Amino acid sequence: MAKDLITAGAGSFLDYAPAPESTSILHLQKSYGLFIDGAFVTGHGRPFASISPATEKHIAEIATATPKDVDTAVAAARRAYDKTWSKLSGADRGKYLFRIARLVQERARELAVAESLDNGKPIKESRDVDVPLVAAWFFYYAGWADKLDHAGLGANPQALGVAAQVIPWNFPLLMLAWKIAPALAAGNTVVLKPAETTSLTALLFAEIVQQAELPNGVVNIVTGAGETGAALVRHPDVNKVAFTGSTAVGREIAKAVAGTGKKVTLELGGKAANIVFDDAPIDQAVEGIVNGIFFNQGHVCCAGSRLLVQESVHDDVVDRLKTRLATLRLGDPLDKNTDIGAINSREQLDRIRELSDIGEAEGAERWTAPCVIPENGFWFAPTIFDNVSTSSRIAREEIFGPVLSVLTFRTPAEAIAKANNTPYGLSAGIWSDKGSKILAVADKLRAGVIWANTFNRFDPASPFGGYKESGYGREGGRQGLAAYLQPAGSAKVRTSAYSQPRKTPRNVLSAGDAS
Amino acid sequence: MQSPAPSPGTASSGAASSGTASPATPTIPAAVALAPAERAVRMLGGDLTERSLRLHLEGLSGVDAVGLEQRAAGLGTRSIKTTSKAWALDKIIELIDLTTLEGADTPGKVRSLVAKALTPDPSDLTAPRVAAVCVYGDMVPDAVAALGTAHGDPDAGLVSVAAVATAFPSGRASLRVKLADTADAVSNGADEIDMVIDRGAFLSGRYGEVFEQIVAVKEACRRDDGSYASLKVILETGELNTYDNVRRASWLAILAGGDFIKTSTGKVAPAATLPVTLLMLEVVRDWHRLTGERVGVKPAGGIRTSKDAIKYLVTVAETVGEQWLQPHLFRFGASSLLNDVLLQRQKLTTGRYSGPDYVTLD
Repeated sequence: MAKDLITAGAGSFLDYAPAPESTSILHLQKSYGLFIDGAFVTGHGRPFASISPATEKHIAEIATATPKDVDTAVAAARRAYDKTWSKLSGADRGKYLFRIARLVQERARELAVAESLDNGKPIKESRDVDVPLVAAWFFYYAGWADKLDHAGLGANPQALGVAAQVIPWNFPLLMLAWKIAPALAAGNTVVLKPAETTSLTALLFAEIVQQAELPNGVVNIVTGAGETGAALVRHPDVNKVAFTGSTAVGREIAKAVAGTGKKVTLELGGKAANIVFDDAPIDQAVEGIVNGIFFNQGHVCCAGSRLLVQESVHDDVVDRLKTRLATLRLGDPLDKNTDIGAINSREQLDRIRELSDIGEAEGAERWTAPCVIPENGFWFAPTIFDNVSTSSRIAREEIFGPVLSVLTFRTPAEAIAKANNTPYGLSAGIWSDKGSKILAVADKLRAGVIWANTFNRFDPASPFGGYKESGYGREGGRQGLAAYLQPAGSAKVRTSAYSQPRKTPRNVLSAGDAS
Repeated sequence: MQSPAPSPGTASSGAASSGTASPATPTIPAAVALAPAERAVRMLGGDLTERSLRLHLEGLSGVDAVGLEQRAAGLGTRSIKTTSKAWALDKIIELIDLTTLEGADTPGKVRSLVAKALTPDPSDLTAPRVAAVCVYGDMVPDAVAALGTAHGDPDAGLVSVAAVATAFPSGRASLRVKLADTADAVSNGADEIDMVIDRGAFLSGRYGEVFEQIVAVKEACRRDDGSYASLKVILETGELNTYDNVRRASWLAILAGGDFIKTSTGKVAPAATLPVTLLMLEVVRDWHRLTGERVGVKPAGGIRTSKDAIKYLVTVAETVGEQWLQPHLFRFGASSLLNDVLLQRQKLTTGRYSGPDYVTLD
């Protein structure tokens, strides 16, 4: 047994000397206003503090947008849409997006440091995953801006108007890119609300928008908590609502916009199955399991939180997994060798703890990687629950943390049945050396994204979205672009305050499911 | 790792038993008995045959190339600074097989190499010695003479002599010649033999033949006093081409009794790569999980900078554990790496970068 093989004792090489990324590149202001109509303005709500989840230290003061501020922002976006953005050619919109993409690349290190500081994710992830993907998203959709005829909606499709976008705290800047890049490429203007615990990079992005000399009002950023978001999605003059976040909030939004004629895309929770067959490339599968659930502290809606492993290789896989987890480094998110950063907020930490305790109480075998937990900040060591039953809450509810539930199966049919037995359907993973088996199983999985012999890989050209309670609509690729367009000649969508709701509201819950 | 069922009792003791005697399926070779190498017998059972060996190797879990390379790249992003870097640089020196393998090698060149091995940095005598010098078999007496009393086990602060043998680098010679080549180097005082496998035999599926050759070379490493020179088995991964092949060949070399598995001769591109070395370390780790035995790994060829070498140290430490970072379990086969490490070492002690004229040519 190699359990004790890789242990870092006192003075050992594996206790790598600290290698912190410098924060000197970051020039933060003491307080940030709202970004409306091309300028930072004071919010009328009570400002709040953004803290570093790794140290609980104050980073900056962030403004709260009241419904009135939201109204101002939407009005600015509407003006920008009517007067400038909708009048620009696709090629010209593309130029702005290319400019933004290049500025993101130029300021990549600064953005990565800010993201790790504010969100708690390891710098190696913000540096190597988040920020490069942000640039990739803008580059990709910049290329689409003058090719909308090929978006799948026929010739000369039209923008929707003003898009209200609400994003989560797990990939703050990347989710912003997923929302803003296709919206602008399609010719919409946007009002975006970042999550209250992670507003910082959205505000740095506002500086980039200024640097790129984007026409005023095309991108507006309003910060604040849930009420700000509610005011934004309920605003009568928005044409499109795009939300990424929890299923509970997604449901509220669906109710709020039902019958208003607003187009909606929702990207919600998940409880993905990561299926490991006995013919899997075992060492790579172990890496994939680790990447599936411990990437970004498991704060990933498409995380592979349910490991379905074929019973014949269960012991071997779990044993190897534990050995591997013992090498993960938890700690300072800004250290370049950190694998596991901080949990984003105390509230989230409490939820992870609560569900883990439930898992233990329900009889699952708990194993926690040996690692030292820093004194301050919010931390949760990588944890595995073995012998989890399908009815256990940790096998059914989204934990959104570094907690893996291990279940077994005997045959491909059983694997498929168990994988699909969830209210969610965002992603899934399949590990097998046999290509035909991968294709046959993937065909029967009810999940929007299926990875084969890999996990948590993202590309702007690939559509992303869910089945069932994981939401509807797709982001990324041509499909993600079409979500911000309507066919030529569609009645101008003017929402409730300006026009009557449609007589027969579309059944939005089923509309986006097919793809 | 499953071990296949013992083959049916068709194996006879004679290696020469007819290949057509058993009702074998067309794809599985007949049950030709193989030399009963100790590890293989323990792992596969007493009736060791070409068939049982082949079933075993083909039953190994596959390797996903994308995933393997991704993991290697991830390990390559570790940031090794300050005290960790100082430790790593000295450790790299202690793990080097300082190598010269040229047709133009002369006794003078070998003496110069040995001097460099013993005193890598004349301007800083705290720099440790390398583990071994690696030369062609006929240069072994010169290396031994040049080392004098400094010849011995690297664990004792001495320097070993490694000789490449078995018609290195191609391995295209009869077994008789290979064995003579090996025995000659050992009797001249080589402590370690770096042999090459018969890649032709391996690629054409004659695993038994490759196995038997390794077993025979291992026997040729035996000295008069009954001790053995350490055997490093070079897989020449650049010619095996696929990761699945590398895993099978690694496993085969270990079963046949190799003390080390080594990536390359340095004469074929690509030579050592981080993914290939990671994969071989994973095999060594799995062998240790199953048997508790430790087998060494030697990446050779193409590792020229400290930065690269540190990635290998990280990969070793995070895959098999730190205790592998010692000369009997890990080596770098390199010629130009040492000077780059010395330059980095000087930078770390003096705070200034120096130039190539401040390290000696061997």
